[in-house]
Amino acid sequence: MERIGIAGVIGVLALACGLALALAAAAEPVTLTAGVLLGVGIALLMWVAQHWSREPEAEAEPAPPPARPAPKLEDLLGAVDDPLLLVEGRQVMRANAAAIRVLGEHVVGEDVRVAIRHPVAAELLAGESHLEGSVELIGLGAADRHWLLSIQPLGQGAKLVRLSDRTATRASERIRVDFVANASHELRTPLASLIGFIETLEDANGPDEAPVRERFLKIMAGEARRMQRLVDDLISLSRIEADKHRTPADPIALGALARETADTLRGERWRTRIELAVEDGLPPVTGDRAQLSQLLHNLVGNALKYGDPEKPVRVKVMRSGTTMIKLAVADEGEGIAAQHLPRLTERFYRVDAGRSRQAGGTGLGLAIVKHIVERHRGRLDITSTQGVGTTVTVLLPIAAETGHSVAAE
Amino acid sequence: MASTGHTVKAFDSDLGQIRGLVSEMGGRAEAAISASIQALQRIDLEAAAQVVQEDRRIDELEAEIERAVLRLIALRAPLADDLRDAVAALKISGVIERIGDYAKNIAKRVPLLSEMRSSEPMAILPAMARSVSDMVRGALDAYAARDAAGAVAVQEADRHVDDFYNSLFRTLLTYMMENPTSITESAHLLFIAKNLERIGDHATNIAEMVFFAATGEQLIERPRGGDPLAVEAE
Repeated sequence: MERIGIAGVIGVLALACGLALALAAAAEPVTLTAGVLLGVGIALLMWVAQHWSREPEAEAEPAPPPARPAPKLEDLLGAVDDPLLLVEGRQVMRANAAAIRVLGEHVVGEDVRVAIRHPVAAELLAGESHLEGSVELIGLGAADRHWLLSIQPLGQGAKLVRLSDRTATRASERIRVDFVANASHELRTPLASLIGFIETLEDANGPDEAPVRERFLKIMAGEARRMQRLVDDLISLSRIEADKHRTPADPIALGALARETADTLRGERWRTRIELAVEDGLPPVTGDRAQLSQLLHNLVGNALKYGDPEKPVRVKVMRSGTTMIKLAVADEGEGIAAQHLPRLTERFYRVDAGRSRQAGGTGLGLAIVKHIVERHRGRLDITSTQGVGTTVTVLLPIAAETGHSVAAE
Repeated sequence: MASTGHTVKAFDSDLGQIRGLVSEMGGRAEAAISASIQALQRIDLEAAAQVVQEDRRIDELEAEIERAVLRLIALRAPLADDLRDAVAALKISGVIERIGDYAKNIAKRVPLLSEMRSSEPMAILPAMARSVSDMVRGALDAYAARDAAGAVAVQEADRHVDDFYNSLFRTLLTYMMENPTSITESAHLLFIAKNLERIGDHATNIAEMVFFAATGEQLIERPRGGDPLAVEAE
């Protein structure tokens, strides 16, 4: 606004200069007219120059759309990384690419309350009394994303609704707290037993106590390795959580990855218990290779550990509907009682703590799987029948055709 | 907005208005669920009273939606998918109102539990509430996007909530047997778990209506899990 004022003042000055120039030269009407024209020309030039230099700024804070020369509103909105909605009355007129990624493609043309379903936002968006302001929202797009919603009125019932992502700051805080709490608690047990053994060993120095020393050292090595695994798992869990809202983008052939996993596991002491069935001609899934490999290792490893050692573990990769690939890992064995099922993916939840510890479990395997699946926008399902066996099913979205991957980061 | 606009533009705006109201109502119910559970976790009486208070707005919205839908049907005589949309909005608003009531019931029990010491069941409830909230969110997202596949996913998720309920039921029974002094509190927790389970069922109902509005076909109801009482009896 200020700039237009300055441009105007300069224009008027230029006009005056032209007039004075013309008057000074001679009182002839032709020169006078030329002077006036010159002045008007300079004023126009100044205005146009001001107008153009104003243009790029509109990206940061779109002013009321100028009547001409029609700026590409689409491009302006698209250039901003934060989700933006242009709302007229209550209808969403435009949404930029970021908004469509978070809220879905359907929001354009809908009532703004359909797009942003949140009571505080509804009041802020609908209430005519206090049109301006910003408010913190939780759970838009995904359950625990934090957003700062701000509304700028653009006049004539139009509003620009802007969401800025505050998830990362919140998440890193929480993850740090969780990590410290979990790690200290779970590490205390093996640490206490290590200290106990070390204290005993200090007294067991005699030459005839070699077998005792050997046995103790073996246990100590086992406990130390368990601590190491625990630390590794905790680190990978917090890493996956930190990346939670960054959807992976690589196309991964899940069938081939499953085969690789089966081969490495077969190579270990499990031999040929894994039966792999991969459907032909499967499209790749969108994923993070290292994480999907970890997911497969954890699931197949669990099935091998907790299933009947005489029975096969069946791994299947197949299509599910038009948009998903299904991975199913089934074991035959005693299964899991129904009351444990909903809690299996909790950190450090164990159906049978002693047995899990014996098998070298950290209590984090399925928590890691759950977080990987969530990050991949997939679904995890565990079914089990006692006395028959357990089946873990993971659904992962098929990678979009590279030709039109609109939402690719 | 349906993919092609109607000749009478006012129809689109009427329907849009109704969808907006349903979504707002849904958003309020979602918020009520998480607020009531948070109030329970923190034994925050003020927050609980707030949930009870705000339930009125949900009821008002239901009445508003009913008026708007009746007006739409009376004035515009919608057909096919438009009629399904209108009827779905009416039915969904009724279901959301119930969800709001269950959240209110949970909030009302918070003062009765103020003496409670933390117990294992208390640790499971928030996880169950999260599952239930996810279902409600999924159902309302499916409504906003007219997403039939999303509706099917919600229906499938109901099993998890039922598992949670059965798990809590057993845990609470054991807890009551071991701590007879805490029977009153445990009973309240059991009712809260039941309320959450019912909210899950209602989310499934919304999903069924969304599926019907989007496709014109009925979603085949999944077989219900066994009643925990029946399991106990076997």
